[in-house]
Amino acid sequence: MKGNEAIAHAVIRYGADGYFGYPITPQSEVLETLEELMPWETTGMVVLQAESEVAAINMVYGGAASGKAVMTSSSSPGISLKQEGISYIAASELPALILNVSRGGPGLGTIQPSQADYFQATKGGGHGDYHLIVLAPSTVQEMVDFVGLGFDLAFKHRTPAMILADGVVGQMMEKVVLPEQKPRRTDEEVRKQCPWACNGRIGGRKRNIISSLELESSRMEVINERLQARYAEIERTETRWEEIGTKDADYLIVAFGSIARIATKAKELAAEKGIKVGIVRPITLWPFPTEAVAKAAEGKKGILVVELNAGQMIQDVRLAVHDKMPVEHFGRLGGIIPSPEEVLNALENKIVNPKSEA
Amino acid sequence: MITEIIIAGFGGQGVLSMGKILAYSGLMDDKEVTWMPSYGPEQRGGTANVTVILSDERISSPVLDKYDIVVALNQQSLDKFAPKVKPGGVLIYDNNGIHTRPDRTDIKIYPIDAMGATLELGNSKAYNMVVMGTLLEAMEYKLPMENVVKGLKKSLPERHHHLIPLNEQAIEKGRTLIH
Repeated sequence: MKGNEAIAHAVIRYGADGYFGYPITPQSEVLETLEELMPWETTGMVVLQAESEVAAINMVYGGAASGKAVMTSSSSPGISLKQEGISYIAASELPALILNVSRGGPGLGTIQPSQADYFQATKGGGHGDYHLIVLAPSTVQEMVDFVGLGFDLAFKHRTPAMILADGVVGQMMEKVVLPEQKPRRTDEEVRKQCPWACNGRIGGRKRNIISSLELESSRMEVINERLQARYAEIERTETRWEEIGTKDADYLIVAFGSIARIATKAKELAAEKGIKVGIVRPITLWPFPTEAVAKAAEGKKGILVVELNAGQMIQDVRLAVHDKMPVEHFGRLGGIIPSPEEVLNALENKIVNPKSEA
Repeated sequence: MITEIIIAGFGGQGVLSMGKILAYSGLMDDKEVTWMPSYGPEQRGGTANVTVILSDERISSPVLDKYDIVVALNQQSLDKFAPKVKPGGVLIYDNNGIHTRPDRTDIKIYPIDAMGATLELGNSKAYNMVVMGTLLEAMEYKLPMENVVKGLKKSLPERHHHLIPLNEQAIEKGRTLIH
């Protein structure tokens, strides 16, 4: 099953209440598959093609405000359009799931895979001091698993979560195991889980107000402090990553998403040449696994950060390891995917045998 | 064991669906599989290609630069991918419309007349299954035919299931092209 199709199956099986989207390559199969599966006839989940990306994210805002499990998906240019809504959802402390099957930019760019939205996803793509929980799948199975994980984390922390995928995992087919169908929560369960939700004042409970506007600065500061405390808690408890062969390696490659798999193949090729490489794959891009990278880097001779961009995650890697060892970047731009051989060459030329600069 | 394959040709030749049937057949044979297409405007008549990996173990990169087997169905694909066959690997190409032939001596090369064989079968839509027959025959990893049939069932919509015997026939025909 394709990664995009897998997302559609996973969101239904999670027992989600709604999906609101607008087509854009390379993720249109999400909406197409949902329309084909017609979950409104089985679980009662709403699937709606909105009139634009902006409309879709605001439908998500509304659904989330009523305590519903709702998601949207798009690709880079469409995700840019959604940023205002995402900032509002974060400010309103609402759970939601946003999928970005990212493509090469800037602008309309190309429909081929890219990771150039790392900064946008992890540093706050919209305005204000906020974060999304950002999950980076590297397999079709993780596309499935991160739908459930993303919703769970979003509800647990009342913070929107993003799955930052790329055209490779979106378009690729792999073996997947789908989770069991969960029932959608009843209204009663939603009330219990989300006492903050605006879903009708049954039993004379006090009015819930959800807004991102607070003109009184002293109150707005309190809201910001509450958000920051929550982000600190997420950083402490929700960091996820994978390590492959880091213990007895001389060098590290840090890469996320599909590129981590290309790097893993490069590691296998390097081993044939007697070069010992370990892989650190951040799974949560925010919170970034700073301590894990620092720990894995201990005693290593150098680190290559491989990304489909001009050098974004490398900043977080450098912050993690300070200047204890050389940290170099290798990336391809505009939708080009490097081969494992190219990654190995970059490792050899930039880290293992760097040419001295005359 | 891991088998790394790329199938390349014109959009419309059935390159992607052949890769899909191959991937599903591997899946039915309990292998780990990946199917990574080129996507986008290729679907509308340009060159299309798909990388299929069949493996006993977890597959790392779904994107490759060197292949155990290359199947090239037009000149452009042949030129692009013939140099990317691993030494000792296999190159299969359809003779039709080929003017410049690969001159590598370190790989096995099978030029086939897949279009001719398909026309003998009487259904030009079976073209990609004839090619798949040749590919299955050339592969070191012997995928049992019963699992290929299961793969066909899994990847074809129900309304096309009556065509499975024809597809089997085409695969058997394709197998004979390299003997």
